Amino acid sequence: MWDIFAIEKNGYYGRYGGAYIPEILHTTIEELKSAFDQARRDPEFWHAYETLMGSYSCRPTPITHLENISRDLGGAQIYLKREDLNQTGAHKANNVFGQGLLMQRMGKNRVIAETGAGQHGVASATMAARMGFKCTIYMGADDVRRQRPNVFWMQQLGAEVITVEDGTRTLKDAINAAMRDWVGSMDHSHYVLGTACGPHPYPQMVSYFQSIIGKEARKQWETMFPGEQPTAVIACVGGGSNAMGLFQGFLDCDACKIIGAEAGGRGLEGHAHAARLAQHRGTEGIAHGYRTYFLQDEDGQMRDTHSVAAGLDYVGVSPILSYLSDIGRLQSEAPTDVEVIAALKKTIQREGIIPALESSHALAAAYRLAPTLPTSARLLVSLSGRGDKDIFTIADALHDPAWEDFITETAERYKKKR
Amino acid sequence: MNLEQHIRERLKKKPVLVMSHLICGYPSLDDNRQMLQIMHDAGVDLVEFQFPFSEPSADGPVFTRANQKALDAGTRVADCFELMAWASSKFSFMPVMMGYTNTVIQYGEDAFCQKIAACGGRALIIPDHPPEEDTQLLAAAKAHGLCVIMLMTPTNTDERLHTLGTKASGFVYGVARRGVTGAKTAFDTGVATCIDRYRHATSLPLAIGFGISSSDDVAFLKGRAEIAVVGTAFLTAWETSGPDAAKQLLAALT
Ligand SMILES: Cc1ncc(COP(=O)(O)O)c(C=O)c1O
Repeated sequence: MWDIFAIEKNGYYGRYGGAYIPEILHTTIEELKSAFDQARRDPEFWHAYETLMGSYSCRPTPITHLENISRDLGGAQIYLKREDLNQTGAHKANNVFGQGLLMQRMGKNRVIAETGAGQHGVASATMAARMGFKCTIYMGADDVRRQRPNVFWMQQLGAEVITVEDGTRTLKDAINAAMRDWVGSMDHSHYVLGTACGPHPYPQMVSYFQSIIGKEARKQWETMFPGEQPTAVIACVGGGSNAMGLFQGFLDCDACKIIGAEAGGRGLEGHAHAARLAQHRGTEGIAHGYRTYFLQDEDGQMRDTHSVAAGLDYVGVSPILSYLSDIGRLQSEAPTDVEVIAALKKTIQREGIIPALESSHALAAAYRLAPTLPTSARLLVSLSGRGDKDIFTIADALHDPAWEDFITETAERYKKKR
Repeated sequence: MNLEQHIRERLKKKPVLVMSHLICGYPSLDDNRQMLQIMHDAGVDLVEFQFPFSEPSADGPVFTRANQKALDAGTRVADCFELMAWASSKFSFMPVMMGYTNTVIQYGEDAFCQKIAACGGRALIIPDHPPEEDTQLLAAAKAHGLCVIMLMTPTNTDERLHTLGTKASGFVYGVARRGVTGAKTAFDTGVATCIDRYRHATSLPLAIGFGISSSDDVAFLKGRAEIAVVGTAFLTAWETSGPDAAKQLLAALT
């Protein structure tokens, strides 16, 4: 398999990565690096991880052929790696439970996490409940509003959810708030970063845990289609963790294209999107502890981004993906909100699968590409999460009057009760 | 005279120097000019000019909000340079640039350091820049006669403190406790032990910051450190009680 440890040099992937952290975290990060290095060299550790994910999180997740949509589009056959079937409904569980096992080894007992869509927050709160840790989740005020059902579940799971009112009130501000917590609480707390970003070793560590997706998929693919590579593997890219997870299984397949789908939002003409790599919209910078492509102005101030999917609405991107993009291995697309909603609707109606809005970006990219390819071609898409959490956003986008009536009635019932 | 010599010269007249702080553009550039006059009148020795950044992850809540408001008001990097140059031409304290790595690298390490030096700046304090990363910045600073200030913190091992000591110039910024800026610090034997450890790792003047808000705190530093850093306390006094209160606070500390 393609080796993420072989391409890293002192925490960098080409020009990107590094650990731009306050000095107060130096010792903590050194401890984390060494705990992670020991763990990954211990064959028992990966075995324990796979066993846990097998008994608690439905792994290995299946690969599903989208027979109807492939036929409708009349081109390449589309296959989904079903990360939506994980415990808590997204690939986020892979990373979180891996870091949970690492916390046990390090003897830490409190989880700090940031969350955008809330999926990583729910996964972290779930892990904390299961493993007996305390848990504090930071979430931007705008995201709290967009993803209220996830806040409900985090709280039910026993986590303290702190609404972040700073900056643009989204994921990037939640990351800063989590960092601020950590610089005061590192003795007992571990920061469970939710994506393949942040200071070294996070991009590598998160990618390592997520590589379970690619490892499984490669094995499944070889059984399904012996000796044949996918024409392309496609994943949505927020910070890049589900993408890195799937890609690692196929980066050594020369004939296989590697495609990332970023948030095209309202189109790449203005700034209402989160496309950093697609059409080279991002510029090199340093924030949140690492060097990568960011959406920023000339002074290096981060821009407000937009996506219908809260989990893709982020200014930075994994330094490993920036590197893969620079060397021409990663190709990036940015489907717009409108295309994404159409892809989501099609997937629900034709295949009976409810994808997350984030994952629907990868689907939109696949639905664009498939008709341009022969029917013998095969695409493998990461279905990173399920869409139940997005019910409010999707209902808004689909303009369902019956749903709106139901919400209004429910609200009135609550009002009367007060 | 280099920065260290300047500091030593001033130390002949008083036992503990004061380094105050402002965030350029907050509450406004006009307010900043008034703040600087007050700092000068109070006999402050060094002033940190914080360049506002959209991701101030090492700052506490008061400074985080101030960073954001300065940017919302349209403060640009060019405004920060201008403010520093204005202060240098008028006052005798030593200006120090404080901010985040991205601000420096977007401008270009060399061009940024050149500009700071031209505006009368003496040093850079960049809390998200460990000395191992992007050594270009260190080289650029040196080329333009600027010191990159090393931060020593309570969680560093003795070995790490020693490494930081060998890379330091000008003065060393010793952090009094864990956490971000803004919260109070109990200046007690714990802090004294910390300062002792920093002292062992460097012969440069030692600044102590995070949570200094009273003359007792400054008195505690007498004989232990050379510079008291006053950050959040000044801004909080300004915000809650106005310029006169901020003036009184500084008068009590200097
Ligand atoms: C379902 C789902 N997919 C994708 C993402 C994007 O994250 P990443 O790029 O790290 O996979 C998120 C983030 O919250 C998510 O919830």
